[in-house]
Amino acid sequence: MIQQIIFYTFAALTVISASVIIFTHNVLYAAFSLIITFLGVAALYVFAGADFIAVTQVLVYVGGILVLMIFSVMLTNKISGQAVTTHSHNRFLGGLIGLVLFVLLMFGILQANYASLFWLEKAQSSGNIIQDSTIQLLGVKLMSDYVLPFEVAAVLLLVALIGAAYIAQRQMDEK
Amino acid sequence: MTTFLFFLPFILTYTVFAVYAERKIAAFIQDRMGPMQVGYYGLAQTIADLLKLLQKEDIVPQAADRKLFLMAPIIIFTAIFAGFATLPLTSGFTGSQAQVGVFFLLAVVSLDVIGILIAGWSSNSKYSLFGALRSVAQIISYEIPLGLTVLCVVMISQSFDLQEISYQQGIWWPTLDAQAQNYLFGLKALGIETTGIGGFLTWNIVRMPLFFLVFLIFFIASLAESNRAPFDLPEAESELIGGFHTEYSGFRWAIIMLSEYAMMLLVSLLGAILFLGSWNTPFPNIGSMKLAEWTSGTPGTWIAHVWGGFWLISKAFFLIFVQMWVRWTYPRLRVDQLMTLCWKYLIPASLLLVLLSGVWRLLMI
Repeated sequence: MIQQIIFYTFAALTVISASVIIFTHNVLYAAFSLIITFLGVAALYVFAGADFIAVTQVLVYVGGILVLMIFSVMLTNKISGQAVTTHSHNRFLGGLIGLVLFVLLMFGILQANYASLFWLEKAQSSGNIIQDSTIQLLGVKLMSDYVLPFEVAAVLLLVALIGAAYIAQRQMDEK
Repeated sequence: MTTFLFFLPFILTYTVFAVYAERKIAAFIQDRMGPMQVGYYGLAQTIADLLKLLQKEDIVPQAADRKLFLMAPIIIFTAIFAGFATLPLTSGFTGSQAQVGVFFLLAVVSLDVIGILIAGWSSNSKYSLFGALRSVAQIISYEIPLGLTVLCVVMISQSFDLQEISYQQGIWWPTLDAQAQNYLFGLKALGIETTGIGGFLTWNIVRMPLFFLVFLIFFIASLAESNRAPFDLPEAESELIGGFHTEYSGFRWAIIMLSEYAMMLLVSLLGAILFLGSWNTPFPNIGSMKLAEWTSGTPGTWIAHVWGGFWLISKAFFLIFVQMWVRWTYPRLRVDQLMTLCWKYLIPASLLLVLLSGVWRLLMI
C-alpha cells in the first residue's frame, strides 16, 4: 500500500515536472524541472527493480548532462543580459504528433499481454517479483555476452571526447 | 531510518564542534589569539557566532530569482545528507541495504552541484555566478579521480556495499562469509593469513599496498569536492567576496555552511570506511594478546556498537583534522593549476591505479 502511494507520488512528480518543461517560457526553469523529471524516472526504475540503471540515470543525466545544459543556459543568459525565453511554435502539428504517439503507445500497452511474459511468469512462480540487485548479473553479462557492444560504445565515447577536445582547441588557436 | 536518527543530529552537533575545532586549529597553526581567549578556551566564540547567525534577517536580494534563491541551500544540504544513507556506523548498525551502496552515494552527492548552480545564478550577482561556475567546474572535474579511486576499492572488495567492505577489513569477516580469508598485502602467494589477526593488517590500505597512493588521490579529490582549501577558489574571499553564497545571510547561509561541514564529514567517513578499516580496530591479535578482539566486541552486542562507533568516528575526525591542518598550512591554488592537477596528474594516475588494482585482485584469489 505504502509502496503504491510512493510509486504514484513519483509518477505524478514526473508528469507534473514534465508538463512544467512544456509550458514554462523560461528555459532555465525548464532545465531545472527536467532534473525533477529525471529523478522521478530514476525512482520509477527503482520500482521496476533496476537499481543500477536508476543510479546511473542520476549520475549520468542529472549529475553530468543536465549540469552542462544548465551551465550553458546560464552563461548565454548572463552574456546577452536578458532572460532566455521560448515561445511555442507549430502548436497544431506538435499536438497532433504527441496525440498520435500517445494513442499508439496506449494501444500497444493495452494489446500487450504482460502476464504471459517469460520473466514475469518465472518471477511469479518463484515468488520473488522484486529481485535482488542486478549489479552482479549486469557486470558479468557486460563482460561476457555483450562485450562487443560494450566496447564499441566505449570507443564511440572516446572518439566523441577526443573530437570535443579537438574542436575546443582549434577555436582557442584562432583567437 | 537510522540515517535520520543518528546522522542528522550528529551532523548538527558535529558542525558546531567542527567550527570550534577549525578555529582552534587555525589559531594554533597561524598563531591567532581570538578563538583562544573568548570565554573558557574560546568556547564562547562559537556559541556567540551561532546565536548571531540564527538571529540574522533572512535577506533575499531584490533582483534575485526569489523561488530558486530560497530553494538552493535546501537542495545542497539534501543532496549531501542523502549520501549519508548508505554509510554503516558499526558492525550491527548498517545504513541502507541497497546493493548499489557507494555508487548511489557518489551519484546523489553529485546533485549538490545543481544546488550550487541555482544558488549562484539566482543571486543575480557576478561574484555569486563566478563562484558557482568555479565551484561546479571544480566539483565535476574532481568527481572523476574520486570516482576512480572508489572504483579501485570496489574492484578489490568486489562489492558496492559499504557494510560488506567494512566487514572485509577486520576479524569479523568470517561471520559474514565462512569461506573468507585475508592474506598479508592481499597476496595469497605469501601464505600469511591475516583473517584471524585483523587490526590494521587487514585494512584496505595494507591489504593492497598501492592503496596508499589511491588514498592520497582520494583525499586530494575529497578536499576539492568539499571546496576546502587549498581548493577553495569558489569562495576565495580575496577575489570573490564569498563565492556562490555571497548573497546569502542568516539561517540560509548557515545551511550552506552546514552542508560544507557535512560534506567534509561525509568524505572523511567514506575515506575511513574505504581505506582505513571502517569500524574495525587498528590493533591486531598477536598470539595470546587478542588485542583486536578486546578492542572490538562480537558483532551484534552492544560493546561492538560502542567500539565500532568509536573507531569509525575517531578515524573520520582524524581525517577532518588533517583537512583543517591542510587548509591552514597551504596557500590556495590558481584556477589553471587546479585543473592541471586534476586532469593531467590525478586522472591519469588514478586510471593507472584502477588497472593495477585489477591486476592485484588477480593475485588475491
